[in-house]
Amino acid sequence: MGGDMNLAIIEKEGLHLFVAELLRRKNTVVGVKDQSAVSSIPGDSGFYTYAPINSPEELTLSFDVTLIPPKKYLLPAYEQLLTFNLSPGSIKADAPKEELIVFGVHPYDIIAINQMDKVFSTVPQDNHYLERRKRTTIIGVDPVKIAPRAFWSSMGADTVAGGFDLMLTDIGQCYVMEVGSKKGASLLKMAPKTREAAPAEVKERDKVRTEARKRCDANRLSFSYLELPSLLDGKEEHVIWEEKSHLCFSCGTCNLVCPTCYCFDVRDDVSIDLKKGSRYRTWDGCLLSDFAQVAGGGNFRGHRADRYRHRFYRKGQFIYRRFGDIACVGCGRCSAQCPSDIADPIAVFNRLKEGI
Amino acid sequence: MGSPSPYLPGLATIMKIEEQTAMEKLFVVRPNDGKPLGHKPGQFVEVSVFGVGECPISVSSAPNKKADFEICVRRAGNVTNALHNLKAGDVIGIRGPYGTHFPVEDLKGKDLLFVAGGLGIVPLRSFINYVLERRKDYGRIIVLFGARTPADRLFKAEIASLARRPDLEYLETVDVGDASWKGNMGVITTLFPKFTIDPKKTYAIMVGPPVMYRFAIAAARAKGLADDHIIVSLERKMKCGLGKCGHCQMGPVYVCQEGPVFNFAAIKNLEEALS
Repeated sequence: MGGDMNLAIIEKEGLHLFVAELLRRKNTVVGVKDQSAVSSIPGDSGFYTYAPINSPEELTLSFDVTLIPPKKYLLPAYEQLLTFNLSPGSIKADAPKEELIVFGVHPYDIIAINQMDKVFSTVPQDNHYLERRKRTTIIGVDPVKIAPRAFWSSMGADTVAGGFDLMLTDIGQCYVMEVGSKKGASLLKMAPKTREAAPAEVKERDKVRTEARKRCDANRLSFSYLELPSLLDGKEEHVIWEEKSHLCFSCGTCNLVCPTCYCFDVRDDVSIDLKKGSRYRTWDGCLLSDFAQVAGGGNFRGHRADRYRHRFYRKGQFIYRRFGDIACVGCGRCSAQCPSDIADPIAVFNRLKEGI
Repeated sequence: MGSPSPYLPGLATIMKIEEQTAMEKLFVVRPNDGKPLGHKPGQFVEVSVFGVGECPISVSSAPNKKADFEICVRRAGNVTNALHNLKAGDVIGIRGPYGTHFPVEDLKGKDLLFVAGGLGIVPLRSFINYVLERRKDYGRIIVLFGARTPADRLFKAEIASLARRPDLEYLETVDVGDASWKGNMGVITTLFPKFTIDPKKTYAIMVGPPVMYRFAIAAARAKGLADDHIIVSLERKMKCGLGKCGHCQMGPVYVCQEGPVFNFAAIKNLEEALS
């Protein structure tokens, strides 16, 4: 194999050996695990989660969508930022030290990670995030199964140009593996049974992608996602916000499962002997009732409908106006996991477009 | 980490604590590294009480060459209650200064109408004292101060001497007076009929509780002030101060980044900005 391959072919057996080799070299690899077996819900078709893997057999690449997006490895749900002595004051920053390979990330989730990269690298930079990002290898995979509520094909998130180190596409007998970075190129050298992709195989990859996109189109935004920022202009008083949020539990599930939601709270913990403490950040969600509440009880988004509306504006307009990205990638997690099924962006945006 | 953590506060020592009212205390704080904060009037710092947490507090003193600066804190939440329990000599953490400041340069030569509602006097005090140290650089100065009751008024001695200055017009009111109160009673807008301004060269600088803005802005407009002659400072939950955590967001604006000081003209159409 050549060292400068940009599009390689790896046999399925070779991929198995590649994962085994990564593990043999003591890399921490997280991948998607099929958790159908652990579901206690009768008739549940199962779900997928990212978790550390110890053998190639534990890895699933033919998943539809994971319960929680891979953001949990870049912005952990609990992340220590500082440690300090309570008295006398001394304080230091905690730095992430572990290297991580996330094996199997769909393009829409990579787009979401690219958006977080932009947010946290905007000055003032968040070096905790950036350090963790630097230590994370992303191995992407194109979806072959489509989640029932997914609509990424209409959010411009069916493919992604960058942000991955390697990107795999299952073309039947083998995978096409695209190199996205230097780190990816050196990883590829570790992979056995690879060769340069033939033009026909590259065409086959296009076919696989087109086919997946068409299946995802069954559930779609009825207009170009780039129209979202202007569509939302002047819709602040639309009846839909009150109407739909009437069923909102303010549980924050939509925030929790969203790959582009990155809001967090910062809190302190104290050791049991009251000598040491730590400051950590933890996920927060704008749908939770106290999200915009200040000390003294004032709440700048105290109404449920305002919180509900805020999320859709943030996805479709606010982040775009600030960072240039539409902050919904169409993964369908919020739609699938909202207890009241009122979080589906397609349902809300299409209705606003219809003007009813 | 290769690069410093933006969450790492500098250590600072509480030099002095002055009780202002039953709810507010003034803290004189000195950074342990001895360096001045380098703030401008209207900016805020993130104050840490280690083991309790961190919260945004506006700096109340005017910038100067000394390292000491002042914060005036109402006992309202976890961190501020913990701050009230500290004593001189205790060590806290300070990050910042953060946020936008009052346009002290642009306002040179202009008439200034300060509108301070309750705790709003705290950040405005930084600007008022800044102006008084450079009195000749600014035009006419009117200070309006409103508090709920006479006992709630902050900086009483300082304000009394302010009121005696011949180069400054001072008007105050309380919502509810007491037996000894001889002054104005009513909300802050009831002071507006008591003076005239030249709207072309006057800028109103308003800081107060959320409910104050709509009424005070209407009163300023009624005096002929254009929207871009009205400057406000807004309160939000500015948890990180870095434009990341999302709590202070109003529309596409992060108050900790584009604010807390805003020109009213720039945010008047922004949903959620002013209630």
